[in-house]
Amino acid sequence: MAMLEVRDLEVNYGAINAIKKISFDVNEGEVIALIGANGAGKTTTLHTITGLLKAKGGSVKFEGKELLKTPPHKIVEMGMAHVPEGRRIFQQLSVYKNLTMGAFIRKDKAGIEETLAKVYEKFPRLEERKKQIAGTLSGGEQQMLAMGRALMSNPKIVVMDEPSMGLSPLFVGEVFKIIEEIKASGTTVLLVEQNAKKALEIADRAYVLETGKIVLSGDAKDLMNDDSVKKAYLGE
Amino acid sequence: MTFLSYLISGISLGSVYALIALGYTMVYGIAKMLNFAHGDVIMIGGFVVFTAVSSMNTSAPIAIVCGIIACVVLGVAIEKIAYKPLRNATPLAVLITAIGVSYFLQNLALIIFGSAAKNFPDILKLEDLQLAEGLTVTGEAVVTILITIVIMIVLTLFINYTKIGTAMQAVSEDRGAAQLMGVNVNTTISITFAIGSALAAVASVLLCASYPLLSPYTGAMPGIKAFTAAVFGGIGSIPGAMIGGILLGVIENLSKAYISTELSDAIVFGVLIIVLIVKPTGILGKKMNEKV
Repeated sequence: MAMLEVRDLEVNYGAINAIKKISFDVNEGEVIALIGANGAGKTTTLHTITGLLKAKGGSVKFEGKELLKTPPHKIVEMGMAHVPEGRRIFQQLSVYKNLTMGAFIRKDKAGIEETLAKVYEKFPRLEERKKQIAGTLSGGEQQMLAMGRALMSNPKIVVMDEPSMGLSPLFVGEVFKIIEEIKASGTTVLLVEQNAKKALEIADRAYVLETGKIVLSGDAKDLMNDDSVKKAYLGE
Repeated sequence: MTFLSYLISGISLGSVYALIALGYTMVYGIAKMLNFAHGDVIMIGGFVVFTAVSSMNTSAPIAIVCGIIACVVLGVAIEKIAYKPLRNATPLAVLITAIGVSYFLQNLALIIFGSAAKNFPDILKLEDLQLAEGLTVTGEAVVTILITIVIMIVLTLFINYTKIGTAMQAVSEDRGAAQLMGVNVNTTISITFAIGSALAAVASVLLCASYPLLSPYTGAMPGIKAFTAAVFGGIGSIPGAMIGGILLGVIENLSKAYISTELSDAIVFGVLIIVLIVKPTGILGKKMNEKV
């Protein structure tokens, strides 16, 4: 059984049938990339999985438990963290408080301290700026904060929505390096990216989403060599 | 010296506005709605304390605790029954519902207690205080200011140094992102209504101690003034509500003393209009972050 099983998921976004019966699996320890153009339904899919949007039909099972009827705050408790598109850090709170918000569901003080130390180790810049108001960080630093905040809940799976969007090439490389580190630490990653090349380089498997449907799936390496993917997403 | 005494009674009146304004501003920040029934929660709190003291002969502290509990239960119930089903409705629908709740509470009080104003008993029983030669202030004014200072300090510590307080700030800034952290938004909103209503109960006792007439419409005018204070200070901002409330009370009292009693309200709202023209978000209001 896969860790995350999405079956025949259908989502309406207003009057638009944004997701049309898609199915995919994420196995424990994998990095799965969901690639596709703007408006293909990638963010909608992630928001439905983590409970911010309501599905019209289908099922999303995480470790065998149905997520579609679970409120978002319970989904975090089950071990799923979401790094949302546009980062959505708490601009008016300090960096440190943003990180403690990431551990909101945890009650083990010692464990939280331990995770915080690990996050600071991974993102030394966050420790240097822990007292700074998060809104004053640079875009790249804010992305680091959003990722660090997600890791604070000690998740089994991290869902990431366009983590490299709007960042300088230097930070883009940094983001993908961190995703690899997260995978190496045994945490599963479901990654939505417009930067298909980078995403396919680090992913184990990938799904290609086009106007709400999965049109292609397979090993990331195979997809990189697929002519239609090359043409549509890799600009070759 | 007379100026100082007017100033102190203005600060005292403003403290009451500030306590009420905190309820408006916190609910606005977290639930993104204007709870126009908030002023009437104050009135109900006043009647609960009044009934406890005059009909059941309870002691003042117990009566005040009863008032606080009644307001908290009422505030949370209003949220659950009237506002929660409209969580995803248009702001206008929520606003009209809030006005409806306000009329409901006023008419409920009208049926139970009648329209004649009641004399609120002197439950605090305070002596006037002579601060200096020729400077006498009422004990109620001093107690009001002191209680408000304590409440503001406690509230500021609560918001900034507790987990729930941080979660409230997070929900206020980005409800969806807060949910992704595991914050239960409904619980947070209930806590906000509970705190706002408890402050309203305290405000009702302080208000009735200084202005001891209680009717079903007692809450309406202080409610509107406090809402004005919240906008004045920057709606959504807790320090803004505190500053806005006190400034409003001082302006109102000094206008009454030196310009005209009849015109004092016009002056208060005139100042509000000028502030909003110069700084549309209020004194401490933050510019909304533009989403890209």
